[in-house]
Amino acid sequence: MLDKDGVPTKEELLKQLPSEERLDRGPVVVIECFQEIPCDPCYYSCRRRAIREFADINSIPIVDFERCNGCTLCISSCPGLAIFVVDKTYSEESALVIMPYELLPLPEEGEEVACLDRRGEEVCKGRVVNIRTRKMQDKTAVISVAVPKEMVMEVRNIRVTS
Amino acid sequence: MEGETQVISCDVIVIGAGPAGLMAALRAGEAGAGVLLIDREPFTGGQLVKQTHRFFGSKHQYAGTRGFDIAVRITEKIECLKNVKILLEATALGYYEDGVLTVLHEGRMLKFKGKAIVVATGAHERFLPFENNDLPGVYGAGAVQTLMNVYGVLPAKRILMVGAGNIGLIVSYQLVQAGVEVAAIIEAAPRIGGYLVHASKVRRLGVPIMTGYTIKRALGKECVRGAIICKIDENWNPVEGTEIKIEVDAVCLAVGLSSLCELLWQAEVPMVYIPELGGHVPLRNEDMETPVERIYVAGDAAGIEEATSAMLEGELAGINAVSKLGYSVEDYANKRGKILSDLKNLRSGPVGEKIRAGLARLRTLRNGNL
Amino acid sequence: MRIRRHPILSFKREKEVNFTFNGKPIKAFEGETIAAALHAEGIKVLSESKRNHRPRGFFCAIGNCASCLMKVDGIPNVKTCITRVRDGMVVISQHGRGDPGDIL
Repeated sequence: MLDKDGVPTKEELLKQLPSEERLDRGPVVVIECFQEIPCDPCYYSCRRRAIREFADINSIPIVDFERCNGCTLCISSCPGLAIFVVDKTYSEESALVIMPYELLPLPEEGEEVACLDRRGEEVCKGRVVNIRTRKMQDKTAVISVAVPKEMVMEVRNIRVTS
Repeated sequence: MEGETQVISCDVIVIGAGPAGLMAALRAGEAGAGVLLIDREPFTGGQLVKQTHRFFGSKHQYAGTRGFDIAVRITEKIECLKNVKILLEATALGYYEDGVLTVLHEGRMLKFKGKAIVVATGAHERFLPFENNDLPGVYGAGAVQTLMNVYGVLPAKRILMVGAGNIGLIVSYQLVQAGVEVAAIIEAAPRIGGYLVHASKVRRLGVPIMTGYTIKRALGKECVRGAIICKIDENWNPVEGTEIKIEVDAVCLAVGLSSLCELLWQAEVPMVYIPELGGHVPLRNEDMETPVERIYVAGDAAGIEEATSAMLEGELAGINAVSKLGYSVEDYANKRGKILSDLKNLRSGPVGEKIRAGLARLRTLRNGNL
Repeated sequence: MRIRRHPILSFKREKEVNFTFNGKPIKAFEGETIAAALHAEGIKVLSESKRNHRPRGFFCAIGNCASCLMKVDGIPNVKTCITRVRDGMVVISQHGRGDPGDIL
């Protein structure tokens, strides 16, 4: 239960996920923001207007998954670090999970890392394929990790083991 | 003995250079008033300087910007105004019948008199009764933030966080960023009080969040060496046999704040007890003016909320204080209207329920009193 | 312990400052408070309570709670959580209220 221990249940998650069909078509955003709080930077970060205009500042972001192309610009805009991009078309066996990361040390590209679920528990290994630390991201690194395809909706953090 | 200290006069004195005080000084200064902004710390920004996370709120009010950067940006704007003087390491000591404010600065007592005063003194942290709560290593969450984010000193190797409100969750995340292991976040209430995105963020780092738990005892002789936590029942009583021993070298208390309003008591501003606003808070109107004419309040000193609303309240106090003194604030009616509607929007959602209830009680009490 | 690397913050540690704590030399950096500098050295006990001789450390670190009082350069009851270190400063643990006879 999200409000008991910070981990969303399957039902809570399902409310905001893109459809299986959309996931199979390539990169798309997953916004794990389930509570109405006064916060709107994600809306302004999306250049494709895929995040719908907020009725008021407390609105939960609603995504037009057809407009979203998984560009990842919104990831580092979110103060709650609740935005991820997933790409199930990355390769035959692997999918990409693209996530915000604000810890040191940063992994290296190509490095194998422990992949953690929403409880912070290791569920599989993954390989870092890209790390972005652009100035506009203001110290929130955006890291792409290749994970086994079936883990794409489980992996939400990494642990650098080196 | 030194001779009588001269009283220095100005239009507006803003006490406290946190989010509320900074915005009050900026807006009052922009209208051309002579403003003195004082703070006891050697830096401006108050608690903003310890906030390493990006702010929530509206994109138009610094949302997405990290707290310490917000402090720098507003201070830079103030420094462009020649009519605003910032006096740091200056502690307000007392407010007297004749309107004189005494201030301790560099070992000397200074006297100031403002035609209007904005009290933006912030809050103090609440304490919690448990055995050994006086041991060194039991810290307030603000102390932990000060130590690690201002001075870069680690407060502990492994820490227990008590309280899963926004402060407890945010400080836990910051502790992990600094390299401290957070053994657990415990919360006496049955539900997490802070924003759930903050909770999920620390949870993904492997930090357990235990609702329905409280701290029973801190362990150790000279310093904290551990803690005993236990479950509590629906009447908030400890449940026998549920004790868990946790090895930590510090306990961080994030169990709420209360307004820091000694100066307001001194100034005989009517104070009322409103639990939703953190305890005793000053009566004040929508324009942040207290029943004592020309004494304004803003931010946590007016009632515990958060930094974005504190900035907006500071703006309101600033423009209202100077317009009452006869300065013309450009486009005053629109500005005031915009700030009031921004505040209303911020507080309009489910997480604003408590503050709305508190403000409703404040309004009722004010109407009865004034 | 001081934080060496931080994902978001950087700490200015330019000028070294030397002071003593109960006679022991302590190295710190300009801008640090006495309490922070002592903490960086692992010193958490700053004083002792008057009646029960309980150890005292700081609680609030912003000058509110008065749990960090020490004798600094001969002056008792200095709030060490908001007082900055200076070269040659003499910092001593304090007993109770800090009466002259109570100093350790």
